[in-house]
Amino acid sequence: MYVVRQRSSLRRSDLWKPVQLGLRYLVCGVVAFFVLVPIVTVVIGGFKTNGELNNAPFSLPQVWHWDNYGAILSQPSFWQALENSAVIMLVTVGLLLVVSCPTAFALSRIPFRGREVVFNIILFGLLFPVSMAILPLYITLRNLGLLNSLIGVILPQAAFALPTTILILRNFFRAIPQELEDATYIDGGSTIDFFWRILLPLARPSLAVVSMLVMVASWNNFLLPLLVLNDSSLWTVTMGIMQFQGEHTTDLALTLAYITLAMIPAIIFYLFAERHLISGLTAGAVKG
Amino acid sequence: MQVISRPPTPTEVVSEQVSAQSRRRRRGRIGTLLLFLLPSLVLYFVFIFFPVIQAVYYSFYRWSGLGPLTDFIGLKNYATAFQNATFLAAFTHNVEILVFSLIFQLSLSLFLALVIGKTLPGRTIFRTIYFMPFILSEVIAGFIWMFIYEPTNAGLVNATLEHLIPGFQAQAWLGNPSIVLLSIFVAMIWKYFGLHLVLYVAAIQNIPDEIIEAARIDGASTMQTVRHISLPLLGSTIRLSVFLSALGSLQYFDLIWIMSNGGPVHASETMATYLYKAGFQSFQLGYGSAVGVVMMLMCFIFSLLYQRFVMRRDLAGSITTTEQF
Repeated sequence: MYVVRQRSSLRRSDLWKPVQLGLRYLVCGVVAFFVLVPIVTVVIGGFKTNGELNNAPFSLPQVWHWDNYGAILSQPSFWQALENSAVIMLVTVGLLLVVSCPTAFALSRIPFRGREVVFNIILFGLLFPVSMAILPLYITLRNLGLLNSLIGVILPQAAFALPTTILILRNFFRAIPQELEDATYIDGGSTIDFFWRILLPLARPSLAVVSMLVMVASWNNFLLPLLVLNDSSLWTVTMGIMQFQGEHTTDLALTLAYITLAMIPAIIFYLFAERHLISGLTAGAVKG
Repeated sequence: MQVISRPPTPTEVVSEQVSAQSRRRRRGRIGTLLLFLLPSLVLYFVFIFFPVIQAVYYSFYRWSGLGPLTDFIGLKNYATAFQNATFLAAFTHNVEILVFSLIFQLSLSLFLALVIGKTLPGRTIFRTIYFMPFILSEVIAGFIWMFIYEPTNAGLVNATLEHLIPGFQAQAWLGNPSIVLLSIFVAMIWKYFGLHLVLYVAAIQNIPDEIIEAARIDGASTMQTVRHISLPLLGSTIRLSVFLSALGSLQYFDLIWIMSNGGPVHASETMATYLYKAGFQSFQLGYGSAVGVVMMLMCFIFSLLYQRFVMRRDLAGSITTTEQF
């Protein structure tokens, strides 16, 4: 009975399998097509003239115009924006790591009274995205005299990234065996020795993961820079796009080229860091 | 090192040493603790906790954001908000986005994750493609879709529909109050479904092969395996994904702000864009803060209830359950 049933199901699946596989690829392919089309259209659009954009939306450009891209790359303001974005991103990551590693360590490896309370207060911050606390945050930045400076973007950005980062790092730190810690103390080392010489080097992969998550968030942020930075010399890439689009509403092709150029660093970074980014996001989402 | 290599000392010396050492250790530990906790707590309190408390305080005043807070009006800002048609419409839009994303975004990402499954050759390539929009900046994503929705022929959507449907009139997808929210919602699915997909794919990877194999041997069809094995085992991920979608929808700001500014005539206003306008465009910081507090309370109550009643079994610890870590 058992054998017969197994054999018949096998035979059915022999026929069914290639069809099923084909259907799966079809579904995945169609979705992939719809995901990629908007991106590809914009990239190609940057090579077209405005006339071509209007008259032949589907076709490839007759002549590939590099001048749209050239025009943007020769603008100092574009490079300035890239630099500002990079500075904000790197300082945010540095600050965040310096501040969050010790806290995640204390919350995972040093027992003290009220530890869960502290941890829950920090987790509470997960509920509030910047957009909700933006009015009082703006007032706070104004009172501290941080408006119109890069540090005025960096500090709140790092603060709002704290809860997720501490959550992820705490889980990684907890997974490091207790024996290593005991061994450090037997050898006469202090808590700080264990933290600095043993734990941090071991946790390097997880530090990479949280850094990459924060780098992407920082690079993409637009609300804080928009509110905080007034001088055009301080603008970031995201603000640059908004400004550029406003100024060149009639020159669609040029705007598309700008968007493409702004997109390229993010996509290159993504292709290299994809595995880390995804593992970080799933680790952050599946708490425990 | 030294401790080990030294010859054993008499017991009383050891115990004395230990107690002195532990006292010193303890004092040292409090110092270490402060050193470790203080920097992030300062950052956290100054830029997250304190502003949130401040918002509550401002919400009781009529205040333009400049000068001292003098005009105390109690709960009047809250009353105004709940009587304001635009705010109520904005709230409705948030709920619409929530319902749409539960129906379309979650089912799309779950379905795709099941189609990709554990075995599909080349699945990492698909994952790379699907997740790509998620890492693009909202500004870039917004402008990409504004171009796709261009009301002229250059817009891909209009151009395609004109080819497919004879006599189709080009639409202003973002300029027409009755369709603007749907148009933006399509862009939102495009941008965010990858995150949910990645969560589901990760969860599917964790389903043991043996269970599926056993079901196959017992003669279960693919549909039956999905229905009776994969879906139940994905339960906790589905509940988490619903939670993330719901909170995200209640707080949504980014793409709407970029693509339509909440317009035309408030047709795509959400609570967050309404708050932003109240604060930074009409300079009613007290009123805007009240709107912010209402949003925070909604999100807070929602997550308390959801975690208490729906995700109870899934979380080994969360804001609501303090022990168990």
